[in-house]
Amino acid sequence: MNATSEALSSQAAAWSVDPKDRVMDCRLQKIFYGDFLAVRNSIVPIEKNKITGFIGPSGCGKSTVLRSLNRMNDLIPIFRFEGSVTYHGQDIYDKSIDPVLVRRYIGMVFQQPNPFSMSIYDNVAFGLRLNRFKGDMDERVEKALRSAALWTEVKDKLKNSGLSLSGGQQQRLCIARAVATEPDVLLMDEPCSALDPIATRQVEELMLELKENYSVALVTHNMQQATRVADTTAFFSVDISQGGRTGYLVEMGETRQVFEDPQAQLTKEYVSGEFS
Amino acid sequence: MASNPFAHVVTKVSGPPSAVDYGADKLLRGVVWGAAAVILLLVAYIVFELGRQAFPAMLEFGPEFIYSTTWDVQAKQFGILPEIWGTLYSSLLALLLGGILGVAIAIFLTQDFLDHRVSNVFRTIVEMLAAIPSVVYGLWGIYVLIPLIRPGANWLHDTLGWFPFFGTSLSGPGMAPAALVLAVMILPTVAAISVDAFKRVPYKVKEAAYGMGTTRWEAILKVMLPSASSGILAALVLGFGRALGETMALAMLIGNSNQISLSLFAPANTLASLLASSFPEAGPIEVQALMYAAIALLAITLLVNIFGLWIMKAATRKFEGK
Repeated sequence: MNATSEALSSQAAAWSVDPKDRVMDCRLQKIFYGDFLAVRNSIVPIEKNKITGFIGPSGCGKSTVLRSLNRMNDLIPIFRFEGSVTYHGQDIYDKSIDPVLVRRYIGMVFQQPNPFSMSIYDNVAFGLRLNRFKGDMDERVEKALRSAALWTEVKDKLKNSGLSLSGGQQQRLCIARAVATEPDVLLMDEPCSALDPIATRQVEELMLELKENYSVALVTHNMQQATRVADTTAFFSVDISQGGRTGYLVEMGETRQVFEDPQAQLTKEYVSGEFS
Repeated sequence: MASNPFAHVVTKVSGPPSAVDYGADKLLRGVVWGAAAVILLLVAYIVFELGRQAFPAMLEFGPEFIYSTTWDVQAKQFGILPEIWGTLYSSLLALLLGGILGVAIAIFLTQDFLDHRVSNVFRTIVEMLAAIPSVVYGLWGIYVLIPLIRPGANWLHDTLGWFPFFGTSLSGPGMAPAALVLAVMILPTVAAISVDAFKRVPYKVKEAAYGMGTTRWEAILKVMLPSASSGILAALVLGFGRALGETMALAMLIGNSNQISLSLFAPANTLASLLASSFPEAGPIEVQALMYAAIALLAITLLVNIFGLWIMKAATRKFEGK
């Protein structure tokens, strides 16, 4: 049995997306950290101008898969990826591809707000300067801060340090920083886990606006969040049968279908709250 | 001992702290307060004693002592401007060289250029430089460094002699060997503290930088350096302070010559070196003048430290918004 069909058989219902609506196609066979098999056999397409949610219990590898989509895991020396992630027809794990290049097109927002120790303005302008943007910098910065719903709060203190903001504001600043360069795809790794409910609501509204222009992949530990914002949901679980803790994709489909009519027993138990 | 209004409460294990516990508490408080008081008294006493012994010289020579350039025991003329110049010039040169090298080494050791274990070994080797006694550096400077750099220095003087930095030839001891040795001496301080500064930058910040699609060079220059800036500045201030006060190696290498020259190859003098080389044979009046010079050195070091703290605070405010 080849890897692809093996992966398909482990999914209750393979989620197929018309290639023209698909901005990325992750077909991973194995992800290792050293000798540890972290994730296996999962096919995860990311759709254009939609929010793809990744849910699942702790240790199911959802963050690992997300971080494989822009080669962030390459920062970890013992990380090893087997399979392919196709982006505009090109496998980003091909030896000829520089990870730095991939990250210019596929932006990321992290779990913990991580603004740079520089001014609010410089944080947002960071990617623009990095890409040698020649146009109206002020206009771009304002636009990015507006789209992150932060402009009115910071417009009079753009010179202040990004670290002087509250946690929720910092996370929205990081979103502004990520969208300022208008990347093609935006990966969000539990972006609300450090936020209070009000800030969470703001970020969720923001995500819904962002998908007009971007394709978003979102890891969330919060099932309600997935139902609120995700168009498509991928449910990962962790397989402890062979003594390891290996994550894999159980089921992927339209969010409503995954939550209301799950195909796999495991999904049913998870979305009904029997384990988390 | 504190009274216990809960003594009647019946518990199995929990109970009030014993008299010994309270005693140890009090003892610890006494010891740490005592230690702090000793430091303060010591500093105050040193300044007072220096001031007392320098007082006659301060009255006699006044502020002219600071800006006049002769040191003539027979004529009872004392001025330390050349030494102040030499102290600042040699320390700034050392800071420039040792600072750049030290920060570069810190980057090399912390930014994933090396395997973790190799970089720890490397770091230990750099820190071992700090364990070499000053006098050994002085000897090494005289017997190895000066002969090594003399041909190059004299070639620079012959071909680019019009340039003030190469205005004289290097006959032996001088500013260049002194500054080079000083740079090596402050290198471990700068490198070790900068390494700690880089290690304190949270991993999430590094992740954010690479997540924006930076190359390693861009991540280090634009994100890691500003994030570590207050710690790196602290490293530079400490290194500079060490260079200002360094005595033995400089007394052996700088040439102890009372002159102000921009030339890197001319002999010069520093305050610490003047003190070390003049004290053994000084008469009572010269001792007073030397005490005055010691106060000047103390004041320079203090000012540099205050200035350094101010810059660090400004950097922290700018980059971290605190």
